[in-house]
Amino acid sequence: MKRVYFDHASATPVDRTVLKSMKPYFIENFGNPSSILIEEGAIPHRAVEEAREEIAFLVSASKDEIIFTSSATESNNLAVKGLALANRDRGRRILFSDIEHYSIINQADFLRGIGFEIDFVKVDINGMLDMEDLKRKLTKDTILVSVMHANLEIGTIEPIKEIAYFLKEHNILFHSDGAGTCGTIPVNVKDLNVDTMTISPHQFYGPKGIAALYIKKGVRLTPIVQGGYQEMGYRAGTENVPAIVGFGKAARIAMEEMDKRVEKLTLLSKRLWEGLASSIDYIHFTGHPEKRLPGHVSFWIEFVEGESLLLWLNLNSIASSSGSACSSNVLARDETGLKASHVLTAIGVPPEICHGSIAFSLGKDNTMEEVEHALSVMPGIVKRLRDMSPLYERFKKTGVRDYKL
Amino acid sequence: MMPQGPYSDIVMDHFMNPRNMGEIENADAVGEVGNPACGDVMKLYLKIEDGKIVDAKFKTFGCGAAIASSSITTEMIKGKTIDEALKISNEAVAEALGGLPPAKQHCSVLAEEALKVAIEDYNKKKGSG
Repeated sequence: MKRVYFDHASATPVDRTVLKSMKPYFIENFGNPSSILIEEGAIPHRAVEEAREEIAFLVSASKDEIIFTSSATESNNLAVKGLALANRDRGRRILFSDIEHYSIINQADFLRGIGFEIDFVKVDINGMLDMEDLKRKLTKDTILVSVMHANLEIGTIEPIKEIAYFLKEHNILFHSDGAGTCGTIPVNVKDLNVDTMTISPHQFYGPKGIAALYIKKGVRLTPIVQGGYQEMGYRAGTENVPAIVGFGKAARIAMEEMDKRVEKLTLLSKRLWEGLASSIDYIHFTGHPEKRLPGHVSFWIEFVEGESLLLWLNLNSIASSSGSACSSNVLARDETGLKASHVLTAIGVPPEICHGSIAFSLGKDNTMEEVEHALSVMPGIVKRLRDMSPLYERFKKTGVRDYKL
Repeated sequence: MMPQGPYSDIVMDHFMNPRNMGEIENADAVGEVGNPACGDVMKLYLKIEDGKIVDAKFKTFGCGAAIASSSITTEMIKGKTIDEALKISNEAVAEALGGLPPAKQHCSVLAEEALKVAIEDYNKKKGSG
């Protein structure tokens, strides 16, 4: 069996057409896009602007509302820090959802250090933002709320439009991390009514090392990288032209193929979900059953540890990801990173059993044969790991779990 | 062997082909330890005759490093006296595995602790029996 890649939420392969579009900008059209008065700079400058147009089109924004950055992490930092700094005269309180990406959550300490108050809004068992908790935590001092569009660990798509319209009534800025959705499902930033949104192409067959931030016209935002006046003064630094060109091309292809991709992914993930549910006992699916990313199937399995499951899947030619603490920071310098996934604990999975979680995120090139392969190997792997588990041994003998469900 | 990121070939070998996995009925000593930081749980069963470990088995709920640490520990202690076994440090376990990534050193510590808890259990049973 050739390798089966079910980890598209981490990264997708660069589309060959995308790669082809990038190549001339390494050697032939290598000029600095800021040097627009000479032909060598004007060509890459035009290419950057064309890509900006494609990305604006992808999310129904205007061209001058799209800023290029180096990553979704940088976009999230530019949005949150930039909005906070530019609007601190209005208030100091900022709210994040409990399941934000680390590139949002890990800004909390920095922001607290410069005088902001950070609080977190709960999500329900399906990972949907708890609107009542949001309302409870709003104060007159609240200037900004950040809620991701879709969570890549559990697949849930958040009610961004509903949240945005509520926040507008209170004149509160709203950032949404759209790394998991832009290019994957239809996204219209005007309709969603967000002030800023992160867009990242490596989830839709574009290159890594590039991302964008949508900044709604009229929204005040302080740059966090100081230097030249690139990107309309919002983000200094010479643009990564080949990657931007690839990003634009990937956005164009995503627009053209989105319906077809969604249809295929829905079919494959339905079979995967049903097959797992019928062949493995004590399996618990995570995320919202319907409002979820197409092709995303996430679950945790009792009495099985996630990293071991991930390693065995890998040995059976299947690439996936695990919310297991043990797999998330294998290369950490020490054990400080070995905490249960904050996303799983936020949706109420007991910390002791978060370690059995796995996410399969399918892509446009996956096939039903690959899904069937995964379904054929999973029960055997689970049995093998359970046979080795003292927790399962105890459960079989006593019917009692070591934890509360 | 397929590349396995941070793990040595020895770790992967013990992960894929764990030695001495299972339970010992009427074991002379049982030691179970867990690491709340990571969620691993390790259970070690010993059969001891005349102060010598004649059989050792394990069950582990945990990551690749935890399973490999348990497996190699059972190999290292079989045939040793209790005193000799107690001298096996977590560093020795990690070294025998060809090294562990820094974040996974705690798995070898868990194996050393499971062994100590099992021997404590043996001494307790012996004292009371």
